[in-house]
Amino acid sequence: MKKYTLLITLFLVSCSWLFAQRQISGKVISSDDQFPLPGVTILEKGTTNGTITDVEGNFTISVPEDGAILSFSFVGYQTYEVEVGSSSVIDVTLKLDLTELNEIVVIGYGQVEKEDLTGAVATVDSKDFNKGVLSSPQDLLVGRVAGVQVTTNSGAPGAGATIRIRGGSSISANNDPLIVIDGFPIDNSNVSGTSNPLASINPNDIETFTVLKDASATAIYGSRASNGVIIITTKKGQSGKPKFNYNAKVSIAQPIEYVDVLTGDEYRQLVTGLYNEGFSGINQDAVDLLGTANTDWQSEIFQTSFSHDHNLNASGTVAEIPFRVSYGYTDQQGILKTTYTKRHSFAVNLSPKFFDKSLKVNINAKQTFSETNFGDEGAVGSAVGFDPTQPIYSGNEEFGGYFAFTDADGLPITFVSNPVAMLELRNNVADLNRFIGNVQLDYTLPFFKDLSANLNLGLDKSSTDGIDDALPGMTWTYRDYTGGNGRLLDYTAENSSELLDFYLAYKKKVGVHDVQFTTGYSWQHFSREGSTYDRNGDETQVRQNTQFKNENYLISFFGRLNYVLANKYLVTATLRNDGSSRFIGDNQWGLFPSLALGWKINQEAFMSGASIVSDLKLRAGYGITGQQDVTDNQYPALPVYRESTGGASYQFGDEFVSTLRPDPYDANIKWEETTTVNVGLDFGFLKDRIYGSVEVYQRNTTDLINRIPIAGGSNFSNYLVTNVGNMENKGFEVTLSGVPISTTDFTWNAGVNITRNVNEITKLTKTDDPDYQGVAVGGISGGVGNNVQIHTVGYPANSFYVFQQVYDSNGDPIEGLYVNKSGEAGEVISNELNKYHYKSPAPDMLIGINSRANYQQFDFSFSGRFSINNYVYNNVQSGATLSGLYVSTGYFTNINAASAERGFTNPQYWSDMFIENASFFKMDNISLGYTFSNLGALEARISATVQNAFIITNYTGIDPEVSGGIDNNIYPRPRTFLLGVNLNF
Amino acid sequence: MKKYIVQIVLVFTLISLSGCLNDLDVEPIDPNLITSANVYETVDDYKKGLAKLYATFALSGQQGPAGQPDIEGIDEGFGNYLRQYWNCQELTTDEAVLSWNDATIKDFHWHTWTATDVFIAAMYSRIMYSVALCNEYIRATAGNDDPDISKFHAEARFLRALAYYHAIDMFGNPSFVTEEDLPGAFFPEQIQRADLFTYIESELIDIEDDMGDPQFEYGRADKAASWMVLAKLYLNAEVYINTPKYTEAIAVLDKINNSAYSLAPDYMHNFVADNQTSPEMILPITYDGINTQTYGGMVYLLHAQIGGSMPTYDLMGTGEAWAGLRTTSALVNKFDMDNDGRALFWTDGQSLEINDIGLFTDGYAITKFRNRKLDGTPSDSDQPVMVDTDWPMFRLADAYLMYAEAVLRGGTGGSIAQALTYVNALRERAYGDGSGNITSGQLTLDFILDERARELFWEGHRRTDLIRFGVFTGSDYLWPWKGNVKEGASSAGHRDLFPIPSTEIGANPNLKQNTDY
Repeated sequence: MKKYTLLITLFLVSCSWLFAQRQISGKVISSDDQFPLPGVTILEKGTTNGTITDVEGNFTISVPEDGAILSFSFVGYQTYEVEVGSSSVIDVTLKLDLTELNEIVVIGYGQVEKEDLTGAVATVDSKDFNKGVLSSPQDLLVGRVAGVQVTTNSGAPGAGATIRIRGGSSISANNDPLIVIDGFPIDNSNVSGTSNPLASINPNDIETFTVLKDASATAIYGSRASNGVIIITTKKGQSGKPKFNYNAKVSIAQPIEYVDVLTGDEYRQLVTGLYNEGFSGINQDAVDLLGTANTDWQSEIFQTSFSHDHNLNASGTVAEIPFRVSYGYTDQQGILKTTYTKRHSFAVNLSPKFFDKSLKVNINAKQTFSETNFGDEGAVGSAVGFDPTQPIYSGNEEFGGYFAFTDADGLPITFVSNPVAMLELRNNVADLNRFIGNVQLDYTLPFFKDLSANLNLGLDKSSTDGIDDALPGMTWTYRDYTGGNGRLLDYTAENSSELLDFYLAYKKKVGVHDVQFTTGYSWQHFSREGSTYDRNGDETQVRQNTQFKNENYLISFFGRLNYVLANKYLVTATLRNDGSSRFIGDNQWGLFPSLALGWKINQEAFMSGASIVSDLKLRAGYGITGQQDVTDNQYPALPVYRESTGGASYQFGDEFVSTLRPDPYDANIKWEETTTVNVGLDFGFLKDRIYGSVEVYQRNTTDLINRIPIAGGSNFSNYLVTNVGNMENKGFEVTLSGVPISTTDFTWNAGVNITRNVNEITKLTKTDDPDYQGVAVGGISGGVGNNVQIHTVGYPANSFYVFQQVYDSNGDPIEGLYVNKSGEAGEVISNELNKYHYKSPAPDMLIGINSRANYQQFDFSFSGRFSINNYVYNNVQSGATLSGLYVSTGYFTNINAASAERGFTNPQYWSDMFIENASFFKMDNISLGYTFSNLGALEARISATVQNAFIITNYTGIDPEVSGGIDNNIYPRPRTFLLGVNLNF
Repeated sequence: MKKYIVQIVLVFTLISLSGCLNDLDVEPIDPNLITSANVYETVDDYKKGLAKLYATFALSGQQGPAGQPDIEGIDEGFGNYLRQYWNCQELTTDEAVLSWNDATIKDFHWHTWTATDVFIAAMYSRIMYSVALCNEYIRATAGNDDPDISKFHAEARFLRALAYYHAIDMFGNPSFVTEEDLPGAFFPEQIQRADLFTYIESELIDIEDDMGDPQFEYGRADKAASWMVLAKLYLNAEVYINTPKYTEAIAVLDKINNSAYSLAPDYMHNFVADNQTSPEMILPITYDGINTQTYGGMVYLLHAQIGGSMPTYDLMGTGEAWAGLRTTSALVNKFDMDNDGRALFWTDGQSLEINDIGLFTDGYAITKFRNRKLDGTPSDSDQPVMVDTDWPMFRLADAYLMYAEAVLRGGTGGSIAQALTYVNALRERAYGDGSGNITSGQLTLDFILDERARELFWEGHRRTDLIRFGVFTGSDYLWPWKGNVKEGASSAGHRDLFPIPSTEIGANPNLKQNTDY
């Protein structure tokens, strides 16, 4: 072996000697102004040999005698490669990189050059994605775009995320943005069997995200655009012979922190101490029930999880058909034991052209198969609450061998469950099969080349097959299932959506006038059905056997005019007429216009002297968008009767009669409308070494589709989905990006984005009763039906509504003592009017930062977020009190250390002390990579990434980022370490 | 070739355009949904519609035990009619306390509730919901000559009158809608208590002939049920309209007492899993462990009363202890604990006095309602939580005591002798022999109030009774934790009515709040 090594070394050394070196010199100029370009990087391809141009654009470099290829690259210019051949002087003219400067941006029903955009639009492409994302495409966007808040719902593998663009425009209707995948708007509704509607897209297949934020940009998607639009474009086939890419990641994930609860010893000490004090309810029976173990339930249910992810794709052109095919496999384990998700994904893109390229065809097909074990997330809370003095296993066969509390009859107590048993005795697995595909035909009329017709046919179909069984002995099943042999539960779901879009696009440039006109029609049908079959373990008792089925349609006519005068003045006008099957009669159709103006200031003659300014554009837009997504009812305007299902019959004589109920409806329900005004400024300096934008906006939503209390007796419920209320969102966004350093060896890209949104409800009822407090929301854990949030006129939606805690002279809270805000006599806590609006879960400001640096073959990047003044209700602490430790039917509940220290006897759910300022900085990911440069045809990069690297916060719970603002033992987000390899060949 | 493609595309587009616009006019495709135009075709369909009107009192929604709730803004099981009715009528009195930490639930016992109380709001919503559903059904069945359907029609009017009876008793001046008011987003008018009294009275009299004869079918309201509501309206007329109607009450009660209903030989027969066989049940709200399931109603009542050392399954016939409801010493002390068979208390591990309402072992627990049959065997369904026990909304013993009270309050047409016979019939059943019988000298109004507590405790009558006797509020009668004081304290007289919920006032500008709220 040694011998060979020596030989190889000798061979390599002699090679370098064999190839003689020679000097090449030359000058690099810019194509647009013919001026020399300083700082251009010149590299001998496949080596580390390189240099940069001087102030005059001149360079010299030594290259081997034969076969050298030089590569010239500079920010904002197309990279140029040239074979040295025999020449010794090489002068190069670098062309402006149109794909970067005149970037094409996909907008609804077409695309425009970025410089001609008039709306608030942001794009994130794959090189800027967050690193190390396995299964949730939303995670690629976290912290990347001003005005877009992505909050992952939990740390479960494949968990979904709550996405809010500019805060959400609705109260009861859907607040999710519309997501369009390769021209196909997907259904926002949840698909059972996955917690994330986007999980069927492999993050590796995504090329760009385009976020449409203001109405002038989104209005073309009128009926579903009020909450913004996220357009996902997947990777396409490239020209040239096929290239292959393989990348793989392996990762381990760990819980970051556990809730600080009492150990078994501390718990025994607390309970016996209380007994000795004569604490109410803790009697001899209680002391006798204490166990002798010291079980740390949290460490028993969590694990260090292992995951791996593989992607293989090929892209190129064969037989003149550009194609890209990819396959991905992800096997992601959760940190909560038993949870995992496995996914196979296939994607194909074909983009052939026919008839002298007059017919462009674009075919996308994506297919995923996933299998997810959801486990039992309730174990997270159970582990915080379960008695630490008890062992995991009882030592006998009963209840699957797991310890369980039992009552006087020996039956298990069903209110608390052994956390380990909850996971091990649960089989909660769903298989999901989803296909998303569309065919786009773009035909340029041969006899009228300015006009093209575009047809888009698409299908999104998913089917779910799930089971959610509890094995015999699981204590909670004793509540609802007979026989003590667990439960069997099967469920299915079929969601499908079909799309037909057709539009004509006219494009003409005459002199200084540049006109684009698009008009079209869109039809989309959505249907959903599903079933649940729930019975006990030996199938002698059927608890539920139900099916559901519904559908809805959206039909639209739309038009858009883009007009550019003298490449300086921009006008975009859109008009859309939308029909929704959720409404009836005259309310079915809504008309949604928008108008936006742009002024490219840097194109003006007076700016020609200011060469430092490379881009300056002022934009102003106004538009109205509609909202019709009544989240859970497809027929809100129709008088419909609902027949009861199993277990809801009524006895007449010896017969059980199923019942027929009229459901509430509002025949006059109509479109919710959001009017947006947006002013933006785009800027770029020093040939876009520094660039960014500032946006200021106001959105007013009127006729909110709102689920509100109605006058008793006026309809068939006490709440009705109807058009009541107005809401306002206003704010600003700043995006700043730059390339502070750009040298041969070292380039550094950095960006920051700032979001501020202020939300206020401006009208909530039909009556304008000034004494009306509002609609209580924000259900918490503890008691039943307890709410801590409210929608009130004059306050942000979901404001906390609580009592103001009184403290003693030491600054300690006095249990049950609150400020009398109403001035009325009587018990303070009995009177809701003594509550006050105290903060809201929405942050005052979000700041995202990101950085990417390349030094020679190394690259280093990170991204992080500040969230400022987001408030969180700490339900973990508010629910834990001394009176809850022991229940006389015979079980204990653990308490967290902070609550034990506080020593409250009874829960004080509405004390404002549990609402904490949860401002935070999260370092979402840090990644280090190395690219091998001398592997011939093989390009290789390896990388190491830490996700969720660290959190800085004063919040006392384990994670300050809580969607909705009520922190109650969610599946914690782990810290993940990944190693990746990426090969191109 | 190219021309054809263009033409094909255009034609295809035009076809789809014209065909698709009609797509917006959808009809439900779910097998459980029917449009109102097609819902009632057969008598069986009408029967299902009627079953819903009854089920609104029993269940929480269209799926058992939970799912597709009828009302919102509150946990589904809590928002159940019977559960809220029971809480309003019992937790506010000397008969019951609840240990839980649900919102403002303890305000009931403390007499500190306000107009923002979610439970009172749910009660109001439930009443108006039942009224709205009855109105819809009354419209659908109006003028139908089919004998079955015209009986259904009368029962719907009865159930509406029953809901309004609860409204007049608890809220006084509620919203008022009839079959004339079509569903929409309008603001119903508020009716005054006296006008509502007249309306309920006239409705009950008007439907009498169309109602089924007593005991015609278990679970359905018959003539005796409608007489029962009318008798209660009359007995409480001094409270509702400041006019005594005791003579009218006696006339109606006579019809009940002489009907096919008779006392069950065993007091317990009215509270067990097979209480549908009790001959005393004038109107039940029915439950069944398999077919009629909810987390409200009897499931709530039965489980909330179980806790401490009480044998959950062996005695009560169910699988869970919710450790919530107990009673105060004020009720316990009314009993001859050793001899009165109605003293259904669980004392083991329980203290008589309540130091801490939140602690189940403070206060005697109650074992009155059970999911075992009268003979002690498990219920037919034998489910772990869902129960078979029906709610005895009206039973004959109540009519007996009402008769005695109406006579003692000066109503004519009855006699003290008859009253004494009725009262002693109950006493004899309770004691197992004549040892507990009373004399006519002992038959006083105060005795009646206490006897009603002994005979009917936890059956949803107590608040109305205490108000009729003028001791619900004020300081004439104090019980533990009334007024949020352990020994009991006075509470303000306006609490004889509940407030109109503030959500209701916020949603309906026609409503005026009850005095002093």
